[in-house]
Amino acid sequence: FYLTPPQVNSILKANEYSFKVPEFDGKNVSSVLGFDSNQLPANAPIEDRRSAATCLQTRGMLLGVFDGHAGCACAQAVSERLFYYIAVSLLPHETLLEIENAVESGRALLPILQWHKHPNDYFSKEASKLYFNSLRTYWQELIDLNSGETTDVKEALINAFKRLDNDISLEAQVGDPNSFLNYLVLRVAFSGATACVAHVDGVDLHIANTGDSRAVLGVQEEDGSWSAVNLSYDHNAQNEHEVERVKMEHPKSEEKSLVKQDRLLGLLMPFRAFGDVKFKWSIELQKRVVESGPDQLNDNEYTKFIPPNYHTPPYLTAEPEVIHHKLRPQDKFLVLATDGLWETMHRQDVARIVGEYLTGVHHQQPIAVGGYKVTLGQMHGLLTERRARISSVFEDQNAATHLIRHAVGNNEFGTVDHERLSKMLSLPEELARMYRDDITIIVVQFNSHVIGACQNEE
Amino acid sequence: AAGMFLRLLSDVRWRAANPKWRRMTCSWRSTSSTAEPYPVSLPAQAQVVICGGGIMGTSVAYHLSKMGWKDIVLLEQGRLAAGTTRFCAGIVSTARHVSIELKMADYSNKLYQQLEQETGVKTGYMKTGSISLAQTQDRLISLKRIASSLNVMGIPCEIITPKQVAQLHPLINMHDLVGAMYVPEDALVSSANVSLALATAASRNGVQIHERTSVSHVSVQKGRVTAVETDRGQIQCQYFVNCAGQWAYELGHSGEEPVNIPLHACEHFYLLTHPLKEPLASNLPTIVDPDGRIYIRNWQGGILSGGFEKNPKPLFTEGRNQLEIHNLQEDWDHFEPLLSALLRRMPDLEALQIMQLVNCPESFTPDMRCIMGESPTVRGYFVLAGMNSAGISYGGGAGKYLAEWMVNGYPSENVWPLDLKRFGALQSSRTFLRHRVMEVMPLMCDLKVPRWDFQTGRQLRTSPLYDRLDAQGARWMEKHGFERVKYFVPPGKDLLDLDQSKTFYKPDWFDIVGSEVKCCKEAVCVIDMSSFTKFEISSTGDEALESLQYLFSNDLDVPVGHVVHTGMLNEKGGYENDCSIARLSKRSFFMISPTDQQVHCWAWLKNRLPDDSNLTMEDVTWKYTALNLIGPRAVDVLSELSYAPITPEHFPSLFCKEMSVGYANGIRVMSITHTGEPGFMLYIPIEYALHVYNEVMNMGQKYGIRNAGYYALRSLRIEKFFAFWGQDLDAFTTPMECGREFQVKLEKGMQFVGQEALLEQKQNGVYKRFTMFILEDHDTDMDLWPWWGEPIFRNGRYVGKTTSSAYSYTLERHVCLGFVQHFDEKTGEELVVTTDFINQGEYEIDIAGQRFQAKAKLYPFSSLFTHRRRKDEEELSGYQRE
Repeated sequence: FYLTPPQVNSILKANEYSFKVPEFDGKNVSSVLGFDSNQLPANAPIEDRRSAATCLQTRGMLLGVFDGHAGCACAQAVSERLFYYIAVSLLPHETLLEIENAVESGRALLPILQWHKHPNDYFSKEASKLYFNSLRTYWQELIDLNSGETTDVKEALINAFKRLDNDISLEAQVGDPNSFLNYLVLRVAFSGATACVAHVDGVDLHIANTGDSRAVLGVQEEDGSWSAVNLSYDHNAQNEHEVERVKMEHPKSEEKSLVKQDRLLGLLMPFRAFGDVKFKWSIELQKRVVESGPDQLNDNEYTKFIPPNYHTPPYLTAEPEVIHHKLRPQDKFLVLATDGLWETMHRQDVARIVGEYLTGVHHQQPIAVGGYKVTLGQMHGLLTERRARISSVFEDQNAATHLIRHAVGNNEFGTVDHERLSKMLSLPEELARMYRDDITIIVVQFNSHVIGACQNEE
Repeated sequence: AAGMFLRLLSDVRWRAANPKWRRMTCSWRSTSSTAEPYPVSLPAQAQVVICGGGIMGTSVAYHLSKMGWKDIVLLEQGRLAAGTTRFCAGIVSTARHVSIELKMADYSNKLYQQLEQETGVKTGYMKTGSISLAQTQDRLISLKRIASSLNVMGIPCEIITPKQVAQLHPLINMHDLVGAMYVPEDALVSSANVSLALATAASRNGVQIHERTSVSHVSVQKGRVTAVETDRGQIQCQYFVNCAGQWAYELGHSGEEPVNIPLHACEHFYLLTHPLKEPLASNLPTIVDPDGRIYIRNWQGGILSGGFEKNPKPLFTEGRNQLEIHNLQEDWDHFEPLLSALLRRMPDLEALQIMQLVNCPESFTPDMRCIMGESPTVRGYFVLAGMNSAGISYGGGAGKYLAEWMVNGYPSENVWPLDLKRFGALQSSRTFLRHRVMEVMPLMCDLKVPRWDFQTGRQLRTSPLYDRLDAQGARWMEKHGFERVKYFVPPGKDLLDLDQSKTFYKPDWFDIVGSEVKCCKEAVCVIDMSSFTKFEISSTGDEALESLQYLFSNDLDVPVGHVVHTGMLNEKGGYENDCSIARLSKRSFFMISPTDQQVHCWAWLKNRLPDDSNLTMEDVTWKYTALNLIGPRAVDVLSELSYAPITPEHFPSLFCKEMSVGYANGIRVMSITHTGEPGFMLYIPIEYALHVYNEVMNMGQKYGIRNAGYYALRSLRIEKFFAFWGQDLDAFTTPMECGREFQVKLEKGMQFVGQEALLEQKQNGVYKRFTMFILEDHDTDMDLWPWWGEPIFRNGRYVGKTTSSAYSYTLERHVCLGFVQHFDEKTGEELVVTTDFINQGEYEIDIAGQRFQAKAKLYPFSSLFTHRRRKDEEELSGYQRE
């Protein structure tokens, strides 16, 4: 069984998406040139999600990757909802009032976000009303609070993450009269998702991370070489601070059982996540909800199962760690990716591959026929060969696709091996998960001219 | 090496016939046979100086001299036919989308055919025919549309099957084809030799040709050309013709008075090969494979093949750079996609040996149409350039029209689509041109679907409401640099789908526009129409009234506050412009005309208004935002906002008043909507625009107000049989021919431009008649939609073409507008078109080769429209009075 190069390409490109920010959108000059994103499933269906949107009522752009576990319900919900929570948290008081008044009087709402979606990235129609009501309650509370202070992005991000997780938990506890929705909110709450979100506004880059996805900045050094700067910390057992934090939050008696086999309570890889109420609710609450829930939930062994050594919940939080970075002209791009990528590739390699791809260093000497006798066929062969030599650069119009090609197809010499690529992509569904994880990548490209100009202004 | 080789291409034959070619002489006379040892000095004066010795310059010289103008000097900086003309592929093809381009190509073909006989210069003319291939059904539709146009013009042409293609051309791989169009009379020429033949003939007619003479700039006094400065001295002249090809832009900007000629060069590549083992026949048809982006012609037993790649390389953005010119190199990697397309189309060519990859810059224009005509700012300054790589096809015809224009004052066909005055200074930014031509060049091969918009060079001119409308889902198109709303995407609609409205069939905005139209009919809509051209003309005495009475056909001596629809006619009674003029006071007038009239109308009036300091004309387009309130409830919205009575008694139709709207004062309100629907146009000083818009939207809520766009407007005006200038009306259409006699006041007590022609038409009848067609057996969901330019058949015979079309949501039918002519069945002579002739025929409209039955109407369906709250018959009265 062997896939031809076009077959490989059609698999790799099935989920690719590119967005180019208009040079000048009529409002402001953007420090983001555009982004490329892509996903390669290993689970069927894929449990990763991605989102990208432009804030319409404030400045800035939001991009995020979400890695789901125990199903895709939570990742899906977070990918649909989180940016609205962030955007609302960033809105000034007057705009919130305007929106609330519009809803109150049934007028058309100011659009808050402009989404940049691949056709496969869907929004669930059924839950939109429910989600909207929760969001509205949130902004009503923000209106009542009216702190009068200008919104701090870091705080807004933290509030949005926590609030959404709280709403997910509440919706599952309250339930919904519609049985489909009721089951949906429970699936969302009982599954989990990590989130790594970037907010870019001019030279201000904020990364809010919950879990083990990662944000890496690609920096071009003066000699033209590429280096990688981490803009997030993984929340897992490899992160000493994270282990320390978890231990601090629980009695010393639990110290041994908290982290086992590099997993939280011996079960969960990420130490922070949305959903996963099994690690957040009290045992009584879990039992009550499961018992009063629909049969599907009751029949599910996983939901009924209470983690061992479960004494002082919650063990898990969705609160993100936020890192602020002032963009410099040498910061050329940002890679957001789920752990599927980072498991297979070191961040330095990622930075180099993307950097070289974006700058197209593979320039070749031009050919001239001169006085030689060359046939059209020979010339065609020569040109195709030249193209093939730089093929993996040329055939990908999308930096994320290019990265996935390397992540999946790299041989021991660090170059793409077509045979390996073909094998990895033709694995049967049930085997695929053994060899690789879902991979989701967003590569954001920055406009160095704009960043340079902004810097000079400051 | 490239230079050497190319010289061989065209000169060898030519040198034999004209031994003086290689001499250092600067003057060139083919009539005299003795060698002239010294350069002939330039004449001190001439009637016409033409700059550029390529196909355009020589064609203009040829036609001018044929029409009897003799005192002409043609200057060429290098040698004749040495620029783009020499490099050009030499394909004469009539397969064109725009009808004026088709006519030019047809004329060129006929001219070149007999040129060798006329001049004795070998032109290499060979009638090979051409085959345009279709790899997709949409492409085939596009070809069928062209075929319909060609057929009614009497140019043989047929749609053929892939099998027939293979029979006509032995090398073609036909497996991925769905069909093709065969035009048997298309031809090949040696373009340089055609140009030299034209020069020879012109020279025999007395035109002086000077090579190696560069024009540095053109001198202008009082807005007229007076002289041309060259590196060899000055020539005084009355007319200057800029045929400088890709240098035309720079030359236009070299003088003190700049002439904007918006064009920009791109590199263009084609391949030449050695002959095949069995050399290709010289009469083998030329192949055009637009889906593969390539053309292939036979060339000296081998092939010549080039194309229009997706990623063109623009050059000379910063002006002429000698280094760049010499460094135009072959770029094989760039050519690779085209080479692949070539080998896919003709796999047997693999073994063919390459001779050269030629890199030859071509100039492109912002809208893919060439540029001709007189400068709006400098009289006597004519331009012919920007051929978008079809110079040879257009050369003959374009030269003829320009010569007619200079000699007679107007060309014999409507060339508005090519008129220099369709552009203004706003299209001549180099950045704009660079970006736009990068989009235009690939478009040469892209599918031309209805209603496509350019993507580059946008957001140049915008209304102050742009952001507000954009945030409400506006989708935009551009006219003369101005962003205008097509329609509003309702919230919740998926935007991805909507961007894909590129279809020959029912587009996906159908229902969206339908609901906007419904709202115009039943409630009230707002359309931002700020792009319209607006002039104010005023005087201290009666000068303004007197001049306008002479320049416009309707009576403008109306009470203050009245609005008059009137044509601005030429001597032949044709519409140079169609406008609405409000009399603001005894001595001042406010004039509204179509968006693309900004340059043309200004030049027309400037040239004709008396040079009188008491009379002032000002372009106030940018000073006013225009909102069109259409619909039966417009009156309610406006009266609530202004606290003024707006009943028909106080505010009859075709009336203009300054009033306050909301807090804003001095809003010019006119009771016209340009659609035949009730409503008002609000001309708002721009600083009040947002305020008035907000007030209107807030107040309008209870009346169900919503935003609407131009597609809704278009549907409304077409179903009401309203003709628009630039689409339906042109300089060759008179009010009599389109049922607008009521907009002409033949006896207004004084003469006006076009009066005689109209009186004659009134007496003798008209030779074409604007008619409305309702498609009968057309399935909106399943059938191809009409666009414009579809042939009209009456009792099976061709009688004219449509000029615009739209779906009427009221009639639930398609409506086409167009002109019907009456050709004598035997002689083909044009006869008078009578009302009976229109009414007594069975009509069909040909959409891409498929004919649909149509009902002809000379009057709109006013009785069918219900919900009329105001008497707006006045706007329509003319039709009914007849």
